Amino acid sequence: MNDFIAARSQMALSLAFHIIFSCISMVMPFFMAIAHYKYLKSGDESYKGLTKAWSKGVAILFATGAVSGTMLSFELGLLFPKFMDHAGPIFGMPFSLEGTAFFIEAIALGFFLYGWDKFNKWFHWFCGLLVGLMGVASAILVLAANAWMNAPSGFNYINGQYINIDPWKAMFNAAWFEQALHMTIAAFAATGFAVAGLHAVMILRKKNVSFHQKAFKIAAIVAVIAALLEPLSGDRSAKDVAKRQPAKLAAMEAHFHTEPYTPFVIGGIPDVKNETIHYAIKVPGVLSFLVYSDFKTPVEGLDKIPKEDWPPVPIVHYAFQTMIFFGVLMMLIAVIYISSLTWKKNWKDKNWIYKMFIYAVPIGFIAIEAGWTVTEVGRQPWIIYGIMRTKDAVTPMPGLQYSFYLFSGVFVSLGAVIIMLLKRQIKMVPKLYDTTDPNYSPKK
Amino acid sequence: MLYIVIGFLWLSICLYLLFGGADFGAGIVELLTFNKRDKIEVRQIMDSTMGPVWEANHMWLIIFVVIMFVGFPQMYSLMSTYNHIPLILMLLGIIARGTSYTFRHYDVINDNWEKLYSKIFIYASFLTPLFLGIVAGSAVSGSINTHPTNFLEGYVYSWLTPFNISVGIFTSACCAYLAAIYAIKDAAIESATQLVLIRKSKQMMLFVILSAILVFAVGMYSHLPIINWIYKSPIGTISVLLSVLCMCLVYFSLVKNKFNFIRFLAASQIGLFLVAGTEGHFPYLIYLKDGSSMSLLKDHGADKTINCLAWALLIGSCLILPFLIYLIIAFSRKKKATTH
Repeated sequence: MNDFIAARSQMALSLAFHIIFSCISMVMPFFMAIAHYKYLKSGDESYKGLTKAWSKGVAILFATGAVSGTMLSFELGLLFPKFMDHAGPIFGMPFSLEGTAFFIEAIALGFFLYGWDKFNKWFHWFCGLLVGLMGVASAILVLAANAWMNAPSGFNYINGQYINIDPWKAMFNAAWFEQALHMTIAAFAATGFAVAGLHAVMILRKKNVSFHQKAFKIAAIVAVIAALLEPLSGDRSAKDVAKRQPAKLAAMEAHFHTEPYTPFVIGGIPDVKNETIHYAIKVPGVLSFLVYSDFKTPVEGLDKIPKEDWPPVPIVHYAFQTMIFFGVLMMLIAVIYISSLTWKKNWKDKNWIYKMFIYAVPIGFIAIEAGWTVTEVGRQPWIIYGIMRTKDAVTPMPGLQYSFYLFSGVFVSLGAVIIMLLKRQIKMVPKLYDTTDPNYSPKK
Repeated sequence: MLYIVIGFLWLSICLYLLFGGADFGAGIVELLTFNKRDKIEVRQIMDSTMGPVWEANHMWLIIFVVIMFVGFPQMYSLMSTYNHIPLILMLLGIIARGTSYTFRHYDVINDNWEKLYSKIFIYASFLTPLFLGIVAGSAVSGSINTHPTNFLEGYVYSWLTPFNISVGIFTSACCAYLAAIYAIKDAAIESATQLVLIRKSKQMMLFVILSAILVFAVGMYSHLPIINWIYKSPIGTISVLLSVLCMCLVYFSLVKNKFNFIRFLAASQIGLFLVAGTEGHFPYLIYLKDGSSMSLLKDHGADKTINCLAWALLIGSCLILPFLIYLIIAFSRKKKATTH
């Protein structure tokens, strides 16, 4: 493994890890706030237990998200110092605002976790909600910074110099809204399905059923709403990518030759050498329609782009296909679940509905990781699209593979410990959180 | 506007040392407490002192890093390149410590796992400020070699010098000292825990003094103009004198069992020392081996960036500070109400 690949792998791994935890710690506070609201309104103690149970999960995942985020802010410099040297002053504005949002989030979490029965109950509730709101704000700001790498703006690049820097223009770059919208909704869908699925496991095991049903319902409803909204934001994103990063869109679709009635490609194995794709299902005209709202206009293919500027086509294509597949799957589950709540009420509380959610635990996160692969690998070979190549940004420090191995080890063990901790939390539900359980005695 | 940004940069590192540092110190005090019963007492009180605020304390470091890469990107990328190894080790420490603390705090079942988290927590607590100090030392001591002829010169000897290590030890000592002092007030008056903490505070004070002497001795031996850094200007001299005065007052408070101002005094002592150390260097932040240096007043990002950053920091602090101060006050009040 050479240093360049090691640096990229370490960054990719750190992001992949961070994304999961930051998504959960951004979305779960909303579940927590819903349960808490229900408790405050109805006085139903089991909702209080649920709020507390979820808040412990939030605390554990927030801490993990926070440390992995701290790591990323250092890694940007440690692995790609030349990028940060030029880009820092241009795209750093959202990061400094994100610092504020994250700080408020941390303070609000302190109030929430330690403030039971100590403050005005609505202030306490609001602190919980604030954790979620600031989490979303942080996410949007970080995504604005990432979007700048895809749609660099707010400066002039003349003779290798970055001049006329305008950080606000850089922050509100052409891609920020689409990326932020798509990712935020994805986080709600993925977290919703994962949380609902975990509670579904407990329902099927017949443990503290009414407690877990309450939890399941909150998470599942959020998940299905997000899953149905996601394709709309996806459509916006695709149109935006087509306009700004034609190479990325062409790689997503393994679309080698520019032609009218551009087909939408499903599946297949891209053959970069012969510039074709094997075994794919091609639906003529649909890509043209999705991008330009008419079936005929040709979508720019990879043949219009110099070969040295092509992203790694197979990775981007497979990642995109994976994202679409799991996105559609989530939509289907959403439709079935909504049916069970409305016109097919005899499906409600059927085991297969719960089983469906159990299988859906990882799919939202797989879709998110695949989506990020599309965004990041699809931007290659550029770190700042069209301006700076990734290979020119990497640190001269040798031996980066050891750092990659080290961090891989850290991530794997952290992941394992967190799964173990969450399992132990769930195991303690009867004792600590479910007020209706005969073994309930909530004092550690 | 540039001065506002520099002010926040200084403030963030100072507050990280005073608050986040005390968090690290909690682990170091635990590490340096060898009596088993004392260890449990120390741990319990430290947990209750840190609990509500520790996530927030940690944020100062992020603010510092963000100001560096937005406002002073050349310095940030230079430090990231030549201090890669200690920064990576510091990061590992931050990860290990933050997560193991959360795990031992929120894990609902007490078993052998807890011993493991505790071990990780206390060692990482010591190593993180050690490497933080090493990095800080390397910035000011001129050990960074930007034209290395081999790996060792560039990426190891840029930070691994006796002086930088002694600064690292001093940083850890300061953290431990702050943690011990901060916790005294949270223990019930004249309880066994408080007696343990008073003893610990005295020991940590000695640790601070010894490591400060070490820094000076090694600095002189390495031909660093360390005396000039502090006594070059009246502000530096006055700060050092006040810092020593604060330490004497802390010592009296410990002897006389009067703890009303003790936190403030200890924080001032460390803060004033930081004033003295940084004032001597201002406006230079980084000295390099080839004799050149990087100045906060010259080597900064574009003017428009500095302006925006200053506004973001001002607006951000208007939102954060009242909320944060309320958090700290509210919980120390609630704690008082429950201990009496």
